[in-house]
Amino acid sequence: MRDGASLTLRINGRVVTVPVGTSVAAALALAGDFVSRGDLGGRPRGPLCGMGVCFECRATIDGVPEVLACLTPCRDGQEVVTDA
Amino acid sequence: MREACDLVVVGAGPGGLAAACRAAEAGLDVLVLDQQPEPGGQIWRGEARKREHRLARRWLSRFAASGARFRPGARVVAAPEPGLLLVEEGTSSLAVRYGRLVLATGARERFLPFPGWTLPGVLGVSGLQVLVKDGLPIQGKRVVLAGTGPLLLAAAATIQAHGGDVLFIAEQAPAARHWGFALQLWRHPGKLLQGAALAAGLVGVPSATDAWVLAAQGERRLESVRLSVRGRETQLACDYLGAAWGLVPNLELARLLGCEVVRGAVVVNDRLETRVPRVQAVGELLGIGGVDQALVTGELAGLVAAEQPVPSALDTSWQRIRAFATALALHDAPRPELRALATPDTLVCRCEDVPLSELEGCGNLREARLYARLGMGACQGRTCGAAAETLFGWAGEDVRPPCLPARIGSLRLPPEPPPTPKRES
Ligand SMILES: Cc1cc2nc3c(=O)[nH]c(=O)nc-3n(C[C@H](O)[C@H](O)[C@H](O)COP(=O)(O)OP(=O)(O)OC[C@H]3O[C@@H](n4cnc5c(N)ncnc54)[C@H](O)[C@@H]3O)c2cc1C
Ligand code: FES
Repeated sequence: MRDGASLTLRINGRVVTVPVGTSVAAALALAGDFVSRGDLGGRPRGPLCGMGVCFECRATIDGVPEVLACLTPCRDGQEVVTDA
Repeated sequence: MREACDLVVVGAGPGGLAAACRAAEAGLDVLVLDQQPEPGGQIWRGEARKREHRLARRWLSRFAASGARFRPGARVVAAPEPGLLLVEEGTSSLAVRYGRLVLATGARERFLPFPGWTLPGVLGVSGLQVLVKDGLPIQGKRVVLAGTGPLLLAAAATIQAHGGDVLFIAEQAPAARHWGFALQLWRHPGKLLQGAALAAGLVGVPSATDAWVLAAQGERRLESVRLSVRGRETQLACDYLGAAWGLVPNLELARLLGCEVVRGAVVVNDRLETRVPRVQAVGELLGIGGVDQALVTGELAGLVAAEQPVPSALDTSWQRIRAFATALALHDAPRPELRALATPDTLVCRCEDVPLSELEGCGNLREARLYARLGMGACQGRTCGAAAETLFGWAGEDVRPPCLPARIGSLRLPPEPPPTPKRES
């Protein structure tokens, strides 16, 4: 992989360009309010632990629901939908 | 799918990598599993690509040359019988038969609830650090860090190096305890140099001991924090808050396998064998000790697994590191005020939205589970478990399979593959 290369994905329909090696959780900050899901009362939540422990960063990635965004690298053409 | 190996290593942080290198170099067939997309664990995250850090580069290259196999994105979810692990990989699953097992699952941060801690933009101290390493745009963002110990400085250094503006570092430890610890570092020259280098790089960042976060504030996202700094309240407007108090080992898999755990760490003998036959544990699982402990114990465990002699230098450095780990645990112990931050409506369990008030009258973790659904959500108590232990003294004993949320298909043993036709080569 080229250093400094970038790729493009879509987060909630919005086109976002990030450097190769960016995690989906990190990319959420570019797509708005750094929100990954809504809690039972509808309030927004975002990533907390960054390492696959807290489950706050789960989102629908390429059609698969409940994927941990902090464990998922961004890929070209990826579709991310948050449920917030 | 099925896999078989002499030695399976769960966790590709420094501990797991060192064990895998030593065992594979001695001729064992070694398989390393990690849920992260790359090897390196928490400290060497992204280094497989960036190759900036000398020690990381050395170990990652050694690992690549060792002959050990690596499966990224592999989450170990169950251990239904001795010698067998069930693993989920994306949308498929894998059963691994092993002769021996090295547990190297590392540690996570200790989170304690405070008003506003569920707002987006509030993360762990190292949680924020790893997200920055993973590409979180932090250039020009205002960051406050609140927590304890050397990881505060490590996080601040990473954030600054990426152009973030660290406004304040709040160290919860009382001044006397903090400086006592810092002076002890003289006995651990490696740590001292690391600490001094970090501190030098952080000149200009205001920091204080006896300081902690009181509340995070904002509408839909973090806007400001309230801090207690040596008994006085201050408010700071910021974009990110990193708040966590030290580390706790990831014990779920060790408990699932039946390993004995005492005072929050896996019990091992001097060959790093747990009480379960053919299962060893290394790194943070032995008690928080950092990268040095992970490497030394990893090497030791790998040599033992491969039935190789253990150089006495390894044994000696492990003893020295234990002394450092003991000092660190004393320094990082959360002060009593941190237990009183949550108000009745502050959520304690973030998955099931359980506020502190609903835990009134519960006498232990089991009751809190049954009556208030504490720890019953997606993370299975990984976050609120350690919090409840610190807040109420409730210890989490019972881990049930699967130890991570898993698809039902991942819990079934895959069918024996049809015999592969022998090919001429
Ligand atoms: C978020 C975080 C950031 C840190 N950053 C630093 C730092 O910058 N500098 C520093 O000196 N120390 C840092 N530390 C401290 C760190 O714990 C140690 O220094 C070192 O990484 C410990 O090595 P280890 O091999 O014991 O565990 P780790 O490096 O934590 O490796 C454990 C690995 O096990 C994997 N794992 C766990 N459970 C499973 C499972 N069920 N299935 C599959 N894989 C699993 C994890 O994905 C992880 O990669 C950090 C700790 C944390 C929690
Ligand atoms: S941020 Fe905690 S699991 Fe992803």
